[in-house]
Amino acid sequence: MKARQKRLIFVLLGIVAVMGASFLINKAMQGNFYKLYTPKAVLVGEVPIGQVVRIGGLVKKGSLKRSDTKLEARFIVLDRNKNEVTIVTNKILPDLFKEGKSQVARGILKEDGIFYAEEVLAKHDANYMPAEVKDILKKEHTPITKVKEGAK
Amino acid sequence: MSFSWFKYAAPINFYPFAGKVIPLFWFLAITLTGFGLYWGFFQTPDVLSDQKQYYRIIFVHVAASWMSMWLYAMMVFWGLIGLVFNTRLSFMMAKATSTTGALMAFIALVSGAVWGKVSWGTWWDWDPRLTMSLILLFLYIGYIALHSAIDNSRRADKASAVLSLVGLAIVPVIYYSVNCPNPNECGALHQESSFKGVESNILLGMLVTALGFWMYSFATILMRVRNIILEREINTKWVSEL
Repeated sequence: MKARQKRLIFVLLGIVAVMGASFLINKAMQGNFYKLYTPKAVLVGEVPIGQVVRIGGLVKKGSLKRSDTKLEARFIVLDRNKNEVTIVTNKILPDLFKEGKSQVARGILKEDGIFYAEEVLAKHDANYMPAEVKDILKKEHTPITKVKEGAK
Repeated sequence: MSFSWFKYAAPINFYPFAGKVIPLFWFLAITLTGFGLYWGFFQTPDVLSDQKQYYRIIFVHVAASWMSMWLYAMMVFWGLIGLVFNTRLSFMMAKATSTTGALMAFIALVSGAVWGKVSWGTWWDWDPRLTMSLILLFLYIGYIALHSAIDNSRRADKASAVLSLVGLAIVPVIYYSVNCPNPNECGALHQESSFKGVESNILLGMLVTALGFWMYSFATILMRVRNIILEREINTKWVSEL
């Protein structure tokens, strides 16, 4: 076997090993790079009280209330089983933050069962459609998540 | 032996060839990027179903992010060709690619931060894709640093080629970092999207700009490789005759 062929085999083995590593990293992550709690986890008491954690879920329609006197917002977050957690924040909510949309809040759960968020992040749609087109699409076929959420 | 595939693997032949095609790549880079950005800024909807005008940074952000991954793969490819066939020019190509790749990774992160501040509400988050993109930038910087830390250029080439191969594991991870079973229950801010979910004018602007960024990358890589050729072949007769 020539030296060049040997090197080629080593390099190919290297590529295989690296792709294997990549596959394993992917499997290990599966989107859950850091722990995100759901409202259900709050209700069953999985979320440690007084520690900084993250809670994700959909903002319940009609639940967003802003304070008249200070920069405080209060809203309810739902998971797919409609478990609810109230979140209170005194930070500015991002532009994409809307009722019925997904959000991630970072903060502390206190004994009163209310989640005090230091940061509220909004997730955007994976779709890049003008508003009108999306409405038409929605009429044609309603996504499953929206049905569960009871948007109609 | 009428035609040799390896003719242009020799720096002496590649140097004038690169010189000839560089203007072509610059021309394509400027027209395609110009057209793509024009189309993206002026021929696309002003307001999306959930985002406003600021979504238009997508044309720079997506193109740069794609390039940062493609160029990394290309850098690894040239490094491995060099390792196997011991060709000088492929190592030079790998080295030349690293700087443009690092620039693209940087642009992707900065444009993403600006977009993220407005839409998500934060400059930075340890979203899987963000984290991995940051590591990709570090890999580029590590490659460049390792290469310049070793004086002997042949050793530098080989060591950094091996380093770049190890880092290749990150590229598919970035690509697949959005495969979350239920987007509402995982912390990833990036979400899986497909071409089908993108309005056709936005898609056109995005793809043409990306093509323009490809051409820009080719142009700068070839310019840089010409410099590297001159630097390394300085003692040869053909360079002194230039």
